[in-house]
Amino acid sequence: MIPPRLFVLALALAALIAVPWWVPGDYYISVSSQILIYAIFALGVDVLIGYAGLVSLGHAGLFGLASYAVAAALAGGSSQFGAVVLALAVALLGTAVFAALSLRATGIGFIMITLALGQIMWGLAYRWVDVTNGDNGVGVAARPMPFGLDLEIASNFYFATLVVFLLALSGAWIFVHSPFGASLKGTRDQPRRMTALGYNVWLIRYFACLFSGLLTAVAGILFVYYTKFISPPTLVLTSSAEVVLMVISGGSGTLLGPIAGAALVVIVKNLASAYIERWNMLLGAIFVAIVVFMPEGLVPGSMRLAQWALKAIRPPLPAGGSPSGKAGAP
Amino acid sequence: MSLWGILAINSVAFGGLLFLLSAGFSLIFGLMRIPNLTHGSMFMLGGYVGASLYMTWHLPFWLAALGAAAVVAVFGGVIERLLLRRLSGSILAQVLVTLGISFIVADFCLLTWTGDPISPPTPPVLAGGVRAFGLFFSIYRMAIILVACVVAALLWTLLDKTRLGAMIRAGVDDPEMARVVGIRVSRLFTIVFCLGAGLAGFGGIMGAPILSVYPGLDTDMLPLALVVVILGGAGSLLGSLIGSFLIGLVYNFGQAMFPELAYFVLFLPMVLVLALRPQGLFGRQAS
Amino acid sequence: MSALALAGIDAFYGDSHVLHGVSFALGEARLLGLLGRNGAGKSTCMNVAMGMLRPRGGHVTLLGEDVTGKPPEDLAARGLALVPQGRRIFRSLTVSENLIVAARRIQGNGTHAPWDLATVTSMFPRLKERSRQIAGYLSGGEQQMLAIGRALMSNPRVLLMDEPSEGLAPQIVAEVMATIRRLKEQGLSIILVEQNAKLVFDIADDIVILNSGRVAVMDTKDRLVKRGLDLHQHLGIY
Repeated sequence: MIPPRLFVLALALAALIAVPWWVPGDYYISVSSQILIYAIFALGVDVLIGYAGLVSLGHAGLFGLASYAVAAALAGGSSQFGAVVLALAVALLGTAVFAALSLRATGIGFIMITLALGQIMWGLAYRWVDVTNGDNGVGVAARPMPFGLDLEIASNFYFATLVVFLLALSGAWIFVHSPFGASLKGTRDQPRRMTALGYNVWLIRYFACLFSGLLTAVAGILFVYYTKFISPPTLVLTSSAEVVLMVISGGSGTLLGPIAGAALVVIVKNLASAYIERWNMLLGAIFVAIVVFMPEGLVPGSMRLAQWALKAIRPPLPAGGSPSGKAGAP
Repeated sequence: MSLWGILAINSVAFGGLLFLLSAGFSLIFGLMRIPNLTHGSMFMLGGYVGASLYMTWHLPFWLAALGAAAVVAVFGGVIERLLLRRLSGSILAQVLVTLGISFIVADFCLLTWTGDPISPPTPPVLAGGVRAFGLFFSIYRMAIILVACVVAALLWTLLDKTRLGAMIRAGVDDPEMARVVGIRVSRLFTIVFCLGAGLAGFGGIMGAPILSVYPGLDTDMLPLALVVVILGGAGSLLGSLIGSFLIGLVYNFGQAMFPELAYFVLFLPMVLVLALRPQGLFGRQAS
Repeated sequence: MSALALAGIDAFYGDSHVLHGVSFALGEARLLGLLGRNGAGKSTCMNVAMGMLRPRGGHVTLLGEDVTGKPPEDLAARGLALVPQGRRIFRSLTVSENLIVAARRIQGNGTHAPWDLATVTSMFPRLKERSRQIAGYLSGGEQQMLAIGRALMSNPRVLLMDEPSEGLAPQIVAEVMATIRRLKEQGLSIILVEQNAKLVFDIADDIVILNSGRVAVMDTKDRLVKRGLDLHQHLGIY
């Protein structure tokens, strides 16, 4: 008897793999790719928000840094592989610097510093025209062709993205369930106790930042290949805010939450915008509704609802049930 | 020399606007520990509402400004009572709600006032300028500086000389003990939030003849408010005042002298201050 | 009618069960000494009574009215005041501001004049001298006087005092105890939490001893003294 959770996840995986067949048309396949890209981005941000307890409002800066690195490298004549490697290196370096500065504070101070750093990146992208081409942005001529697979075709690009997404998700899963992940959660919940126990809280947070930066860079690289273009608006404060909202609305501190949040935002942005001109308002209203009705996020909230529904359907326990009077959670 | 003079005046005037924007944010954050990420939207909303009152309904400018402040204050009160009140202590929920509301406000403004920037003309009584010491002083900008100083004085009087102000400061010191002593802290929160929102809205319309009102004004102004509050320390009026003028100077001179690195020049001091002295130059509490 | 009563209080800090079915009552115009070792739950009782901690079970009754779960400001409005452990005066306010923010005017109830800035500062002349000084710079003893004066400014009928002698020089402690005696004579109902049992026994009418979050001993002081109660057993080092 397969546990229900595993069954649902297997179903979801099958659905993801089968997307090009059940999704109607190339446009929607592209949107699916976009959801996966932002899901990776959101996972990266969730590592910090949900597991380290640090809210960053500047991650779009790192995201954009990776994108610009790819575009610049390609424009400079590098190979696709070289561009990707360079972008990862540059973004990790940037993360190392950002994290060193940001971790001087926690809580609101961390939010403010990351916001400032994100704004600095945006400002540089916008104003340092010699390097970034300013408002005009930088284009990417062609997507890579790994193993001869032409990624210009929407479904091929989707599969490539899916592979990367699954790798990223696995990486995040391993990270979160590792002893390091446990110590990270410890620094989130009880930083003083962790210090008293001899853990180097700063270093733990620093490594978490690096891992977060890695996932963000991966998303940024996929993004620039997806749009084949990078320009300053990608790094604007609203973009950092959006990914944070993806994480919180989906459910921070979970792995599925960021994915749900990314899907929510991308779907509203791309699909609802066909019907509703002011989709930003709709998105904002959805966020407010989530805070009111499901403050822990969509995924934990839905699971809570599902458990409640299951309990309501299940026949009552015979007399002399559990001593505490509450049904135990699985 | 006169270019530096003009820059200096513009900086001080901009600092005055920043003060109107950030004093409210500082109070709200100092007392309620809420990072009000809707604050930039309130500035923008005040600009739009005030511009409409002034240009479409032909109210005198000062009445339009007060009206805009009142509208935004009420809006702030509604948000606080209906939404923020239930979220105390949960920083993630506060971030989600305030950002969500800023999205709604931004789109609402886009819907109501369309995407074209709105530039209310300087009110005739304050138009033009005066020549002195070989410099040209724009009267409106002088008026802004004066208004900001008057508001600062009024706020200082409120906080330092009234019982309400003492209650607010007690709430900043020790919110739990304030309630034990009988202070209706939740009512105080609503008052402070309305006050902060109203100030931001007032700043928006006061700044409109200079900055215009346009989509994106909210995300332009919010980071500046944060920088001022970081530098000056949350909950400190003096810190907001000094921080505002400092940032006004850095922003304008930075834009003029290093246009490519404008944001760098602006945010680097903030990052440095946060790195070295997390409670800001004048702030009190540690985190 | 009791001035303040806890009935069957179960209180938790997070998942930690701190008070188990605690029940006791403070009689009107009486002084109840609440004793116990460190960590027995005395301050937790005070926090529950003052509405700072919501109990998961049980009731709090103030002057005959069930106030369980009501916030502290509501209790202050109904005549309950707290002198908390550690004083917790408003550090950045001046002495007189500390008093003014707590002021609650009531009609004179006949027994004595209502507390206001003038009467409080005349009871504590040192506070009057320092009325414009920032409270954070006062000495420990002066802060204690300020904390008591601040509690009086709300004209309470029930006063909770949590370790007022903590960290004070013996001479100051004597002053504090004399003040408490005066307040008792004026008809205030008082709960006094103290580690120093001797201080409490001198002044209390009733005694409650807590042990690990449960009421171990509850009786009038006179009857306890007659019983020859062995305090060592309940309070450890004496």
